[in-house]
Amino acid sequence: MNTFDSIIIGAGPAGLKAADTLANFNRKVLLIDTDAKIGGKLNLWDRLFPDFSSSQELLNQLSKNINNENVTLKLNTNIISIKNNDNHWMATDSNGNTFYATTMIIATGFDVFDAHRKEEYGYGIYKNVITSVDLEKILSGEVSIETPSKVAFIQCVGSRDEKVGNNFCSKNCCICAVKQTIELKEKFPLTDIYCFYMDLRMFGQSYEELYRRSQQDYGVNFVRGRVSEISPTMDNKVVLKAEDTLLSRPLKLTADLVVLMVGMEASKGTKILGNQLNINNTDGFVKSTDRYLSDSETTLKGLFVTGTSKRQMSIPETMNDAVNAAVIVNNFLNTL
Amino acid sequence: MISFGFSLNTSRTIDIDADNFDKCHSLINHVPSYKRCIGCGGCAATCSAQQHSQFNILKCNLLFRRGEYDTLSNELDKCMLCGKCLLVCPRNVNTRAMIISMRNLLKTK
Repeated sequence: MNTFDSIIIGAGPAGLKAADTLANFNRKVLLIDTDAKIGGKLNLWDRLFPDFSSSQELLNQLSKNINNENVTLKLNTNIISIKNNDNHWMATDSNGNTFYATTMIIATGFDVFDAHRKEEYGYGIYKNVITSVDLEKILSGEVSIETPSKVAFIQCVGSRDEKVGNNFCSKNCCICAVKQTIELKEKFPLTDIYCFYMDLRMFGQSYEELYRRSQQDYGVNFVRGRVSEISPTMDNKVVLKAEDTLLSRPLKLTADLVVLMVGMEASKGTKILGNQLNINNTDGFVKSTDRYLSDSETTLKGLFVTGTSKRQMSIPETMNDAVNAAVIVNNFLNTL
Repeated sequence: MISFGFSLNTSRTIDIDADNFDKCHSLINHVPSYKRCIGCGGCAATCSAQQHSQFNILKCNLLFRRGEYDTLSNELDKCMLCGKCLLVCPRNVNTRAMIISMRNLLKTK
């Protein structure tokens, strides 16, 4: 009855890497995604931190082995329910098709925070307020803009904020902002850039060095303080109000462009499936059995989880996590 | 005329739009390491002058960076150029050169 050894839900970096690894173990995999193309959120970024490598190049590398006899790819397929029945897993899509497998891997990932929810920043109200995702299109050249004289970056939009129900740190935005300020400076060398932060968390390898370079080589200004509100000016710019917390004084700044560094939330799919199976945390991400010893397993036998459906991860972390999940799934299949 | 002390208060707001950054840019040319400051306050914590006065080297640094030069020249005179701050700075900012350069720049119109 089980057509596949494993069904992987989500063909982003985690799903692709897990599928590739399982296929190398000669396992039959069904890789499903709701989108029309593979890559998931990787498609939203042009170049990656901290080394400015191309996201599409990475995607090409990841998908190279997907056209392999062990992997069946199903796009435009929205899985709405997962069930376990007599040691096999069933996934049903919105068209009523059901797929069967011995194991299931949730790789449904994250959604970018919807910046409209922070109304005080005016996303969707002022045309010069954009998100970090929108900025990628400018940096890649897909969208062109006039040279801005002043640009402000605002960190922690939708992260570390009880007002939107997200107490967590999204952990990738700090370094992403540093990457984007450098790219913007390379594109517009005369533009002044101000980056407003609460804390800068440069935890990863060579992140701190990139931050240092953004100051030393590109002259990016970092201001410690959370912007409280943004309002329009007569000449179609915006004014930002913040506290310069290192000086204990209010600060205001007129900008031509404001970039909101939007955080990572559990994706809609992650929330739906997690809720259905009662395996999610209060923040919507899927809970693994034990983050030290069994981080790919869930409390349900034969159901596994990988990547940003568990928590915020960078792409290299996601890759490692997906390989780990695939190895665990392969071991599990060996015991049957 | 007798001054009764009634006047309009000036705003405490740091107005990036109104401030002039010429001196700040000159400072960056003289002391490029100035750009690397991350505002940790290690310099201020070790400062001999701060133990006995209101002098705060980090605050001077930040005010200069924001183009707020008005109150600075008196403040900078309190520094004894002992260089302890130079020893503790994690970003290796040449703090002593920074102070000397700031003093010189504030003298020029």
